[in-house]
Amino acid sequence: MRLLTAVFIGLIFGLGITISGMINPAKVLNFFDLAGTWDPSLAFVMAGALAVAIPGYRLVLGRPAPAFEQRFDLPDVRVIDRRLVLGAATFGVGWGIAGFCPGGALPAIGTGDPVVFLFLAALIGGMLIARFVQARTLSRKPA
Amino acid sequence: METAFTPWASLGGGALIGLAAVLLMALHGRILGATGILGGLLRFNDPADWRLRAALVVGMAAGPLVYLLATGQLPEIGLPISNTAIVIGGLIVGIGVSYGGGCTSGHGVCGIARFSRRSFVATLCFMATAFATVFVLRHLVEI
Repeated sequence: MRLLTAVFIGLIFGLGITISGMINPAKVLNFFDLAGTWDPSLAFVMAGALAVAIPGYRLVLGRPAPAFEQRFDLPDVRVIDRRLVLGAATFGVGWGIAGFCPGGALPAIGTGDPVVFLFLAALIGGMLIARFVQARTLSRKPA
Repeated sequence: METAFTPWASLGGGALIGLAAVLLMALHGRILGATGILGGLLRFNDPADWRLRAALVVGMAAGPLVYLLATGQLPEIGLPISNTAIVIGGLIVGIGVSYGGGCTSGHGVCGIARFSRRSFVATLCFMATAFATVFVLRHLVEI
């Protein structure tokens, strides 16, 4: 049951990414190209998502617990540090180069386009590099 | 490469993305972030958690296929860039989202929807550098 609902939720997300055009790097890159072939569509994706998610979260998070778990699993980090800012800024550079973000690329697997797997392989490579570097810096810190 | 402005499809697709985020929170108590889902798939210490993430990705990848059944065609994946750019961009995205703790779905939709200050800052940062990167690549160095 839990897995079935997860597949269904994934499907809704995947359809949303597909229909909205987030799945298409050409469209994503055009959103960022104000001085060229600008396509404002992605602002509408964001608006549509937030128009549902803001009231939806308000409703859901007002409840004591989710249906299948004991509690809501929410990030409890509050600090805005260099790591967050530089990490996000770095992500934006890569997004501006490739046109895919992780949420666009996962549903794109379904198209079977080899370029999606190329991107995902590089993405996973980058995530593992970051994980490796983080593990090394942590282990070097004096206790 | 020009792309058509699709306000209604993008708004509707965006609403589906928001709906998926709300449902995942309501049922499973989790943030719907592609970075977090993929990152968890690269850890193998919690089989139940791994299966849930895999189910989400299976559902996501089914998105384009359901779209194919409904419309008779796969969604367009337009690539105005080289495979080299896909790989370099993918690596940078992977490193950035690891340090930044999320991407467009996790910070941009879920984080903003629950009014997280961290997510506001992250979203501003990655949007700003994505605009800047596309401007530089398309209008200054013109590769």
